[in-house]
Amino acid sequence: MNNINFLKPDKSNLNLFLILGLSLVFISIFDVFLSSFFKINATGFLPTSISFLLPLIIGFIGLHFIRVEYSGIRRLDEINKNFNNNNFNAVLSLLIIFIIIKSIPPVLSWTVIDANISGNSKEACTGDGACWTYIKVWLRRFIYGLYPNEEQWRINLSFISLLALGSVGYFATEKFKKYLTLYYVVIYPIIAFLFIFFFISGGPVFFDFSYGIIASVVAIIIGFFVPNKFKLYYFCFVPLAVYLSLNLFILPEEYVELGKLEGLNWVETGAWGGLALTFIVSFFCLIFCFPVGMALALGRRSELPFIKYTSVVFIEFWRGVPLITVLFMSSVMFPMFLPEDFFLDKLVRVIIAISLFEAAYVAEVIRGGLQALPRGQYDAAKSLGMGYWKMHIFVILPQALKLVIPGIANTFLALVKDTPLILVVGLLEIAGMLQMAKTNPKWLGYSMEGYVFAAVVFWIICYAMSKYSYNLEEKYKTER
Amino acid sequence: MSDTIIQIKDVNKWFGDFQVLKNINLNVEKNKKIVVCGPSGSGKSTLIRCINRLEEHQQGSIVVDGNELTEDTKNIEQIRAEVGMVFQQFNLFPHLSILDNCTLAPVWVKKMPKKDAEDLAMKHLEKVQIADQAHKFPGQLSGGQQQRCAIARALCMEPKIMLFDEPTSALDPEMIKEVLDAMVNLAKAGMTMIVVTHEMGFAKEVADEVIFMDEGMIVEKAATNEFFANPKNDRTKLFLSQIL
Repeated sequence: MNNINFLKPDKSNLNLFLILGLSLVFISIFDVFLSSFFKINATGFLPTSISFLLPLIIGFIGLHFIRVEYSGIRRLDEINKNFNNNNFNAVLSLLIIFIIIKSIPPVLSWTVIDANISGNSKEACTGDGACWTYIKVWLRRFIYGLYPNEEQWRINLSFISLLALGSVGYFATEKFKKYLTLYYVVIYPIIAFLFIFFFISGGPVFFDFSYGIIASVVAIIIGFFVPNKFKLYYFCFVPLAVYLSLNLFILPEEYVELGKLEGLNWVETGAWGGLALTFIVSFFCLIFCFPVGMALALGRRSELPFIKYTSVVFIEFWRGVPLITVLFMSSVMFPMFLPEDFFLDKLVRVIIAISLFEAAYVAEVIRGGLQALPRGQYDAAKSLGMGYWKMHIFVILPQALKLVIPGIANTFLALVKDTPLILVVGLLEIAGMLQMAKTNPKWLGYSMEGYVFAAVVFWIICYAMSKYSYNLEEKYKTER
Repeated sequence: MSDTIIQIKDVNKWFGDFQVLKNINLNVEKNKKIVVCGPSGSGKSTLIRCINRLEEHQQGSIVVDGNELTEDTKNIEQIRAEVGMVFQQFNLFPHLSILDNCTLAPVWVKKMPKKDAEDLAMKHLEKVQIADQAHKFPGQLSGGQQQRCAIARALCMEPKIMLFDEPTSALDPEMIKEVLDAMVNLAKAGMTMIVVTHEMGFAKEVADEVIFMDEGMIVEKAATNEFFANPKNDRTKLFLSQIL
């Protein structure tokens, strides 16, 4: 009886076991702490394997002693419930604690204690730790790529303005709230495009940006105000006619010069790079892939066989091809199919390729949401006299998209982290610049620092995005 | 008095090989209340879902308010806008508030100005006594309240006909009454109604005619008093003896 009592603590001998157990746990953790931080092996006199396992064994016995059910001490009960509810979990908890303690000193010494950040050359890095000097020296390149130093204010100005314009949603008054969706979905991307086109590029970057295109875009916008009766005819003929007549008959030749602001030099896309390029590519890919994916998802569920199978083939094609081959194709093969005098920049081709690629994934995610909706929602919408589009816009899509916010966030995060692949077609965003910097003869051997830096930057971007997606989930939660 | 609003003639329908509706003939006159009852699987729900073409029939013709139901989409949407429907599972739109549930269709299908639609919605919500819940979301309401909201939502389209597909079957016994009350009020206001239900009390109170269906056929069709007092068909008698 006594023996069992000794092994199974209960309320009567609680204090004794508590003190004994806690001190054993403390000893085990302290031993690991000593050996990891101060390299003191307190149990060195024992054989190696025993000395190695001893903290685990002592800690385990200690945890066993303090495992008292309903001790009445709240803190202790919480510990027992969450870390120490059986022998196996006790060992796991101990192991995790030990691993954390063990890994702190090397990480700390590499990143901070033994690291160097002073100086401007490789010679300044004398310690055993990280050479942050490398990051410091190359920071400008990591952010702006090969964009000329004296022109970098253009990128800064563009991004700051776009950031400011992007934040108007927070300051909009009730009166303008209803236009916000329109603003973010249509107007803001156009503004962003114009900024990049005129400011960051300052030349005929993307395609032959002509008066014809501007005029036809204006014609399309005007088209939305045309009475419904004539809308179809209008959209079929007018924008195209405007484009052709301006380009072919009225303004020959000189329009190529148009994408240029007075006094700004043209910086071609090959020189763009770094974090700025990461942002540009991610932003436009996100914006394009979402509507395309939505259309594909609806298309795949369409009852019309032509639309349905076109969507299926499209989705399965893009899902079945590795992104890296898509990028290669876009830069090497695609231009061969274009007419000779047609110019489409590499960056644009890459953005289109990534967008289509990710659109296939977005389509499948959204389809999941569409399928999760009960059929009653369709019935109810139909019974109120709504047609296909009204039903989808007001009833089906808002619910389906809400359901798949986590999935879409997942796809978008993957997209952002896929952007470094544009390296293969010679566009050097942040990871690409890293690749370039580490092969620089003056700075050989510091790839580790670079990758850690890139990892941290990507982590910050992605974490912000995932936080934002949680916010959206909360915002649109209407069930209870 | 032969002011026929729904005319169903020789309608047959199959799900695959299984025939759900067999030779259905039914005329519904304006302002009449028809109760459809019968064992489950007898095709009652399918029949009323055919009336606003949530299901397609394969043979025969259905004429609603002078329009024959065909493949033509515009025609169908027009008819659906005139035929309100209430479902067993309520099918409210969970992402919209009660008020928005009611105004959505009037605003976007009937192009009613938002303000008018809201006034109309409040009027109907008042009628079913949940006006005070107008700004809540469906998930925050009890089943009975949700079903009354669904009735109000259908009424906001100002339909000529209301179809009820077992409106009380998914409700707690306590909540059935509040929904039935709303339906009785609606019936007294003169709405043309076709109700699939097992609530025989309701049938006795408001129905002009009761239809008994079994295995896809209309087995018996009689005026309410006649139906309950003096059922002719053996199947009907058996059903009534079990349910009453």
